[in-house]
Amino acid sequence: MVGLGKGAGGELNRDSKRTLGGLAVISGSVTGRLIVSSEPLSFWGGYDFNNGKIIDRQHQLSGQVVKDRILVIPGTKGSSTTTAVLLEAVLRGTAPLAIVTLGVDSFLSLALVVAGEMYGKSIPLISLGSEDFISLESDQEVCLEEDGTIILCGSG
Amino acid sequence: MKLKLSEPDSSKLAGESGRAVQVAMSIMVRMARIQGASHLLSIVSSHIDSALYIGQSTLDYAENLVDLGAKVSVPTTLNVAGVDHRNWDRWAVPPEWAHKARRQMLAYRAMGCKPTWTCAPYQTEERPSYGDQIAWGESSAIVFANSVLGARSERYPDLLDICAAITGRVPAIGLHLAENRVGQVLVRLKSISVELLGSDEFYPVLGHHIGKLVGSRVAAFDAIDATPSEDQFKALGAAMASSGAAALFHWVGVTPEATTLQDTFGAKDPETVIEVSMSDLVQARNELSSSPSNELDMVVLGSPHFSLNELKALVPLIKGRSCDSDLRFLITTGRGVRLLAEEMGLIEELTAFGAEVTVDTCILTTPMLPPEIRTIMTNSAKYAYYTPGLLSREVVFGSTEECVESAVIGKVLRDDRLWSV
Repeated sequence: MVGLGKGAGGELNRDSKRTLGGLAVISGSVTGRLIVSSEPLSFWGGYDFNNGKIIDRQHQLSGQVVKDRILVIPGTKGSSTTTAVLLEAVLRGTAPLAIVTLGVDSFLSLALVVAGEMYGKSIPLISLGSEDFISLESDQEVCLEEDGTIILCGSG
Repeated sequence: MKLKLSEPDSSKLAGESGRAVQVAMSIMVRMARIQGASHLLSIVSSHIDSALYIGQSTLDYAENLVDLGAKVSVPTTLNVAGVDHRNWDRWAVPPEWAHKARRQMLAYRAMGCKPTWTCAPYQTEERPSYGDQIAWGESSAIVFANSVLGARSERYPDLLDICAAITGRVPAIGLHLAENRVGQVLVRLKSISVELLGSDEFYPVLGHHIGKLVGSRVAAFDAIDATPSEDQFKALGAAMASSGAAALFHWVGVTPEATTLQDTFGAKDPETVIEVSMSDLVQARNELSSSPSNELDMVVLGSPHFSLNELKALVPLIKGRSCDSDLRFLITTGRGVRLLAEEMGLIEELTAFGAEVTVDTCILTTPMLPPEIRTIMTNSAKYAYYTPGLLSREVVFGSTEECVESAVIGKVLRDDRLWSV
């Protein structure tokens, strides 16, 4: 099974599906395919809220549309306007299905808190420890649960 | 860690200071819990990036706050806006955009913010002092305030900066606390020429390279035979906060919290030592240019906003000359600096060359560029970093001198002498 790596902190459940215990910074449940990068991203100048595409030409995911994927990045970098861009993307329905980060990213947290308060909609945000974070790979199918658990279902 | 609120914090959260304060405090408290703060602390000033119009959501947020009666409770300056308030129609800004961007500007004025409209507020009289607890937005301004002035700010994102200004309170975390301000990564240079160290273009390139490597960690530059100017530090920090997430750096022997190497790192050893070679810098310089050809449509200087000293230094380079008639030469600055430059006769000299000076905004934050502008040259690593993705234009990075010479002939001219390995 994909991602059954050495040293990953996940546990096998009865269906032999690996689960990772994440922290639900913003709760929600969703199923989808991962898109993973080891590089942080500035959403301002890096994420096009018109279509959900990564536009930072120096980024690993440059040119990829991540709107219908679960975006896995260590966190944010760069501009303070990252929060506004993610808020606008949530409003327009062009945000990723969910975001998974390494540790808690306060910029993404804030944007999603405000989106929830202002528009009553948001996306799940889950924080992982480093062993679990590096075990994730692009194209894996996962289910994110309300409590922050990530269940890996296989590759897509 | 459990968040403990003071009596006044709890009363604000309960709505006893009005609905706007309650909303701002509830966002602040929610963030404090997410960030694991034990308490909130008071700030003496704030700098707001949230006034930048991005789309409907940022305007909704601003006007909701105004409708609730929001007022800032500490002296508060404003970062760049989504439009040059008075001169937007000289450019390709769609009127609908300008209208909404101006509405958003007015909302922040109505909350009591000062109309500085600059990403370099430290170039105005609104300059924090050493040790001040502040809540600043704008990545390049945050890193300058922390590193060069020794004020204390976390990285405040849009939407949160205004909550800090309304409540006057922020989570006691990160760079607000002395223990998190010591160096983490030691940076040293390997055989870099004195000529390059003395040039302005060294700093944005070094910043671009180091920003990628350190991320959000605190870099300390040591044993470098140079005392950078404020403008050089401005360029270094802005580059580090674009390629990375730098909010604080030290320059041992120069910046206020780095008198000695020992002061800089406290009791701890550096986590990592980075040695920067000439070939690292050459690669970083190349990364800042996306255009393979020498075609050129526009030169843009001023990210962060050009200072009065930078304007003064530009005049001898352009005096008695004119830029190519097919090319646009733009300087972006703040209205305060522009006013001083006007009084000193600098704007007249720049206009005679064919330059235009825009205030309140920049090419990255307002859709001002007409479609025929395809390739831009700049001396700013921040412009160079964001232009290809954000504006779908090609970019060439060069020194101020290279930018001026290229503008005169209307083609990209590079001078690689300082960069030969």
